[in-house]
Amino acid sequence: MTMDNAKVLEQLQGEFADAIVADVDFRGDLTIVVSLEKLHDIMLYLHDDKTLHYDLLSDVLGIDKMPREPRFEVVYVLHSMDDFRRLLVKVMVPEDVEVPTVTDIWKSANWPEREIYDLLGIGFSDHPDLRRILMWDDFDGHPLRKDFPLRGKDFDEKWNPDTIQVL
Amino acid sequence: MAEGKLLTINMGPHHPATHGVLRLVLELDGETIVKVTPHIGHLHRGIEKIAESMNYQQVIPLTDRFDYTAATLCNMGYCTAAEKLLGIEVPKRAQYIRVIMGELARIMGHHLWIGSHALDIGAMTVVFYTFRDREMIMNMTEEVSGYRLTPSYLRVGGVAKDITPNFIKYLREFIKWFPTAVDGYNTLLTDNIIWRKRTMGIGKISAEEAVNYGLTGPSLRGSGVAYDVRKAMPYSSYGDFDFKVPVGDNGDVYDRYLVRMEEFTQSLNIIEQALENLPEGPVNVDNPLIANPDLADVEKDISALIRRFKIQCQGPEVPEGEIYHAVEGSKGELGFYLVGDGTENPYRMKVRSPCFILVSALEKMMKGHMLADAISVIGSIDIVLGEIDR
Repeated sequence: MTMDNAKVLEQLQGEFADAIVADVDFRGDLTIVVSLEKLHDIMLYLHDDKTLHYDLLSDVLGIDKMPREPRFEVVYVLHSMDDFRRLLVKVMVPEDVEVPTVTDIWKSANWPEREIYDLLGIGFSDHPDLRRILMWDDFDGHPLRKDFPLRGKDFDEKWNPDTIQVL
Repeated sequence: MAEGKLLTINMGPHHPATHGVLRLVLELDGETIVKVTPHIGHLHRGIEKIAESMNYQQVIPLTDRFDYTAATLCNMGYCTAAEKLLGIEVPKRAQYIRVIMGELARIMGHHLWIGSHALDIGAMTVVFYTFRDREMIMNMTEEVSGYRLTPSYLRVGGVAKDITPNFIKYLREFIKWFPTAVDGYNTLLTDNIIWRKRTMGIGKISAEEAVNYGLTGPSLRGSGVAYDVRKAMPYSSYGDFDFKVPVGDNGDVYDRYLVRMEEFTQSLNIIEQALENLPEGPVNVDNPLIANPDLADVEKDISALIRRFKIQCQGPEVPEGEIYHAVEGSKGELGFYLVGDGTENPYRMKVRSPCFILVSALEKMMKGHMLADAISVIGSIDIVLGEIDR
């Protein structure tokens, strides 16, 4: 049986009626917005259920929607290897709130979650190895946040021709 | 060595077999690998951040710098994603030209892979043959776009300009020649006893594990999962072409090698079909806000000049919305997540880099093997650091 977006949504709403906050069907891809408390349960269900069976987590990504509250969004891109369906799961995350990791369900979530922690500063609870990944360990700040300047924080002091020292 | 006493060694970031600036910290028990900790980020340029301050057309040259071994495929991923967000469809001729250029880029990427992979393991000869043929594709890319390595040939809404008769001539010569060349690579490696001993049974990963670790592309297909975005979710007219998706059985280095070798033939097959059935017509969408006017018009017509200036400096306005679009890059599923907010700049661009995920699975594939096998595992997943670090 092939599943289309409407069927997937129907099944999920039957199972998690109050946890699915919104759903968007844009350009053929279904996005569901879920509540943060139920995120891990829903992800486990999406992976384990025999008809849905989203076994490939392609990517996890974060978006900074400053100054809106809640500030961040985390999006999970899921694929099923049975009939190559795609589902986007989105969760709204306020500042300084941790998201439950899905590394225990999909190993592929490990590095993308580290990247979100590094570049956007969203924490993941129970993550096995939450360290910076692209920036160096003592880097200050999170570059992909919208309040981080494009040229870097100390650009003017560092590259001012009056104060720059040539060794 | 005494039980429990481990030796920690540092491999890279300058090690030639890491294909760029990948640094691995390996813990060894004798010569057996116990733990692998990859460190990345040496080539991080913040392209996702830079893209937020540029308009949609200006982002294209940045995408060339992800996977610079097969740059056109990165253009393809970005342009098709932006078109999905805009809700436009490019003309059939442009789609076919994109397929031709994309598949040429895939062959180019695989040329670099097999050349350096074999060189790492100790087969010096192969790289000379693959680079001879890679040069032919470089010349074709130069003929059509003006650049060799990072062509930026695709545009949002079409391609930069139509292909030339010279390009078609070169392409026909290449199609005629290339099967012989692939036979040559096969003769050098496929039945070579040293090659087989160095690659068979190394870096094994089962189908379930490979999916769980997020592997895509030839690395996943080597484990027997036939997930190819070109077949699974066809884009840019890939549904029109008849081609096979090769899969392996064992998921080891040798099977990943066989899958990529077969992809040479399949890519050539697609190029042949696209060239034979190449439709006539325009190569850009019929939308004055997105497609550049002809250069000949720009020289004579003031309104065309203004329009070109506006497109180049300001770019098209993109509706509000968020999309994820994936294409089959030469390394795996290359996805773009674009957030449009009604302005000319992408609010957020996130690249789903196949190599990034592949490197995170390195430990799984290397554990329990000898140090020398680490080299062949790195070669087999075919990573490009430009795409990992972004």
